[in-house]
Amino acid sequence: MHELNSKRRTFLKGMLANGAISALVGAGLLTPRQLLAAWPEAAFTSDSLDGAVQALYSSGDMEESDRVRLKVPEIAENGAVVPVRVETDLENVESISIVVAENPSPLAAMFELTPRSIPNVSTRVKMGKTSQVLAVVKADGRLYSTQSEVKVTIGGCGG
Amino acid sequence: MAGSIKIRAKDKGEHVEVKTLMSHAMETGTRKDSKTGDLIPAHYIREVTIEANGEVVIRANWGPAVSKNPYLSVAFTGASRGDTVKVSWVDNKGESATQEAEIK
Repeated sequence: MHELNSKRRTFLKGMLANGAISALVGAGLLTPRQLLAAWPEAAFTSDSLDGAVQALYSSGDMEESDRVRLKVPEIAENGAVVPVRVETDLENVESISIVVAENPSPLAAMFELTPRSIPNVSTRVKMGKTSQVLAVVKADGRLYSTQSEVKVTIGGCGG
Repeated sequence: MAGSIKIRAKDKGEHVEVKTLMSHAMETGTRKDSKTGDLIPAHYIREVTIEANGEVVIRANWGPAVSKNPYLSVAFTGASRGDTVKVSWVDNKGESATQEAEIK
C-alpha cells in the first residue's frame, strides 16, 4: 500500500506540475474528495468487527436503530453468495457498511454516498460460517447500526 | 483480464435504479488450488465508481468478501431516461474495467 501510495503521489505531483488536475478542480470537474478517495486498507484487513468499525470511522460508538433496515436471509444454504440489502430513511447519509462479524476480515463492503445517492444498496457477500451481519450507517456524522443472524449451511470462504 | 460489466439502468420516476453484474474472480487469497495445494493469490475488486452524466453518484470500497462475479444495485437522483451511466472498477492488482449504459 505504501508503495502504491507513493506511486500515486508521484503521479499526482506529475499531474499537478503540468496543471492538469488544478485545471480540472478549477473547472469543477473533480472535487478534492475524489482526488483523495482511497481504499481503507486498515478497515478491510482488521480481524475484528470493532477494529474494522474503528478503523473506518475513527469511532466505535454505534447506536442501534430500527431506521436502518438490513435484509438478509435467515438461512444461507450457500455461504459463497449471501444477498444483503441495506436501506435507511435517515437523512444526510454519508456511508453504508456491511460487516460480517465471524469472517476472518469482517468488513465486506463500504459505500460512500453523495447527496444524489438514495440510501438503499444491495450486493452479495461471502460468509465463512453462521454469523451476525451488521449494517452500519453514518448519517449526520453519527453511526447507526442494525444486525441480523444468518445461518450458513455450507461456508463460502474455504477451499 | 478486464472483465465485462453488465448494467441495467432504469428511470423509476423519483430516482434512477442501477443494477450491475461484474465478472471478476474475487479471490480471497485463502483458497487453495485443489490440484497443486498452492494458495491462490488474492484478486478482488477494491473500488467501484458509479457516475451519471460524468458526475460520481456513489462509490463503493470492497474487500474480498464480496461474492464472485459481484452484483450491485444502487439508486440515485438527478438523472433520467436517455442519460448515461458509467460503472467502473479497479482491483487490488490495478486492473480495471469501465462500461457505459443508457438509462431506460
